[in-house]
Amino acid sequence: MKELLKKLTQACGPSGSEQCIREIIKSELPNYETRTDALGNLIVEKKGPKSKIMFSAHMDEIGIIVTHIDKEGFLRFDFIGGVNPFYLPGERVQFQNGTLGVIGVEKLDKIADLQKSNLYIDIGVESKEEAMKLVKIGDTACFTSPFIDLGNRLVSKAMDNRVACALLIKLMQELPETDNHIVAVFTVQEEVGLRGAKTAAYGIDPDYGLAIDVTATGDTPKAMTMDVSLGKGAAIKVKDNSLLAHPYVKDKLVELAEANNIPYQMEVLEFGGTDAGAIHLNREGVPSGVISVPTRYVHSRSEMVDVRDLDAALALAKAFAKVDLK
Amino acid sequence: MFLKELSEARGVSSREHEVRDLIREYITPHVDEVFNDSLGNLYGVKGKDKPGPKVMLAAHMDEVGLMITTIEKNGLLRFQPVGGIDPRVLVSKPVYIGKDKVVGVIGAKAIHLQRPEERTQVLGFDDLYIDIGAVDDDSAKKLVKPGDVATFATSFGEMGDLVVGKAFDDRAGCTALVELTKLEFNCPVYFVFTVQEEVGLRGAGPAAYRVGPDVCLVLEGTTASDVAGTDEEGYSTTVGAGPAVSVMDRSVIAHPKVVGRLFRLAEEHGVPIQNKRTITGGTDAGAISLSREGVPTAPIAVPCRYIHSPVTVMSKSDLEHMIKLVELFVHDIADKGVDFE
Repeated sequence: MKELLKKLTQACGPSGSEQCIREIIKSELPNYETRTDALGNLIVEKKGPKSKIMFSAHMDEIGIIVTHIDKEGFLRFDFIGGVNPFYLPGERVQFQNGTLGVIGVEKLDKIADLQKSNLYIDIGVESKEEAMKLVKIGDTACFTSPFIDLGNRLVSKAMDNRVACALLIKLMQELPETDNHIVAVFTVQEEVGLRGAKTAAYGIDPDYGLAIDVTATGDTPKAMTMDVSLGKGAAIKVKDNSLLAHPYVKDKLVELAEANNIPYQMEVLEFGGTDAGAIHLNREGVPSGVISVPTRYVHSRSEMVDVRDLDAALALAKAFAKVDLK
Repeated sequence: MFLKELSEARGVSSREHEVRDLIREYITPHVDEVFNDSLGNLYGVKGKDKPGPKVMLAAHMDEVGLMITTIEKNGLLRFQPVGGIDPRVLVSKPVYIGKDKVVGVIGAKAIHLQRPEERTQVLGFDDLYIDIGAVDDDSAKKLVKPGDVATFATSFGEMGDLVVGKAFDDRAGCTALVELTKLEFNCPVYFVFTVQEEVGLRGAGPAAYRVGPDVCLVLEGTTASDVAGTDEEGYSTTVGAGPAVSVMDRSVIAHPKVVGRLFRLAEEHGVPIQNKRTITGGTDAGAISLSREGVPTAPIAVPCRYIHSPVTVMSKSDLEHMIKLVELFVHDIADKGVDFE
C-alpha cells in the first residue's frame, strides 16, 4: 500500500490534466477492461446480478494554471481548486512536461497583503522566448513535495485524493466474492466542482453511490472543533456542504463496521464536498454515502494520513461491496 | 451581417423573444429544421441524417438588464439587476422598459445637490431609480408593471474596425452563429441559441440534454482588459488580436483536445487566435460539458471592452476570424472525426 501510495501521490494531475494518474491506475489493474469517458473519467467494472454500486475516487489534485508570461520570462498564474496563497511563497511546481519552477513573491509591506496577484513562478530562464519553449499560457502544474514515511503516519502532497485512488485500486485487486455489480470510477475535476462524478453517474446510472475521499481532523493544537482524529479509524460521513449522507447507506456502513470490528468514527464536516454530492443528485436520485480518510493539513503540500485508517477504510469498502442491499 | 439589428434588439434573461424572432427569421432559409423548446432555446438543425459526429454550436441570446421591483407613490420605479451589473455604470443612462418600450432614465441627484460626502460614495441599486416621467404611482402603473424588465437604450455605431453597441455579450456569438448557418458541412450541425445564460447557464443544460452532441463549441463575447488601469499581466484578452479561447474559467476546464484542435487549425490557416488569460467568469460551456455522459466542449469568444455595461466595444475582424475558425473546426470534425479520449 505504501509503495502504491507513493507512486500515486508523486505523480502530477491537477484538475483537467489527470492523464498521468489514469495511466498509473490502468497499469495497476491489468486484469480489468477499463474505459475512459468524454471528460476523462476512468471506469472499471465487475458485473453482477444484484445492486449496482458506484464507488468513486477523484484523480485530480489542486494546482495552478499559467495566465501570463512577462518579458523576463516570469509566469503569472491562477489557482485550480482551493489553493491557500499563504502556503505558496517558496513552493516548487512541476508542469506536465516536467518543467520545474519556484514561486516568488513581490516585495510586500506586510505579509497580510499577500494575494495571488503578488505571486509569480520563476522557471530559471531570462526571457519570454526562452520561457515559451517550456511553458504556454493555459499550461497547468502541481506542487511538488517528497513522500515521507513516519511509520504509521505518511506525508505527501496530493494525499487528497490519491489515498482514495489507492484504496479503490486495492478494492478492485482484492475484490471479495459478491453478486453486486461493482463500478469503480476514478473521476476527474472534483476539486473544481465535482464535475467528473456528475457525468460518470449519468452514464452508469447506479443504484447506490459511495465516494472515498479525505476529510479534515480536529486533533492538532488549537484546531477547529471536529470529532475526527488521525488513527481512530475510517470516517463515515454524516454531512458536508455537498451532501447529507443517505441514512440507509450511512447506517449500513456503521452496521458493517460494528459487525466486522472495523474501527470507525462519525464525520460531520462543516465545509467542503465530495463526488457523492454530484452522484446523489443524478437522474432520479441515488442513495449515497462517503467513507473518508482522516487527513491533517489538507490542501497543503504535506497532507498527513495514518495507515491504520487506510486499513480500516479498505476493510469497510470491501464489506460494503459484498453486502446485500435492499 | 446582422450585428446591428441583434445588438439593438432587446433580450434580458427570460425575455429573449425579440432576439429569438429575429434570429428565427434569419436562419429559417438556411437550415433544414427550426424549433424552440419550452424554456425558449432556439434550435436550427442542418444535415441531421448525415454521417459523422454530431456538432453543437451554441450562443446565448440573453443580455444583462434590470427588473422593475416596486413603483413608488411618486411614480419612480425601483429595480434590481438581472445578471451581473456594476451599479457604478448605471447613473444617467436611458433605458427601454417592457413590451411597449417605455422610455426611462436612471436617475440620481445632480452633482450640485450632493453633499461633499455623497460625491465620494458609490450609489447602489437601492439608491437608484428609473424616471419614466410619471407624476404618481397610478399614472406609472398604466405604463409599467413590477416584473417588467429594462434594457439599455444604446444605438449601434462604428469606429473603423471597432464597433460600439450594447450586448455584444453575446450578440457577437449569435451573429457568428447566424452566419455559420449559411455554410454547408458534411456532418450534422445543431445551431443552438440559448436563454438565461446571464443568470446561471440555465438554458444551455436542457438544450445540450436534448441535442446529445459529440462535441460542442460555445461562441461568446468575453472580457477584454487591454485598457488603462490594468497591468499587462492582468490582461484578459486583447481587442483585435483574434478570437479568444478559454482553457479554464469558473464554469469549465475546456477539453484539451478541442482547444488543441482550434489552435492547430488557426496556425495551419493563418487565422489569429489568442488565449483568454484570466480564469474569471463562466459560459454555457459549463452546463453543456456536464450534460449526460459529458461533452467535449470549449468556449471561443470575441474580446469585448466594457462588458456588462450599457456600451461594449469590439472588433469586426475578431468576429470574422471567429466565424472562420469555427467553420474550419466543423469541417475538421466532419473530415477527421472526434478523438477526444
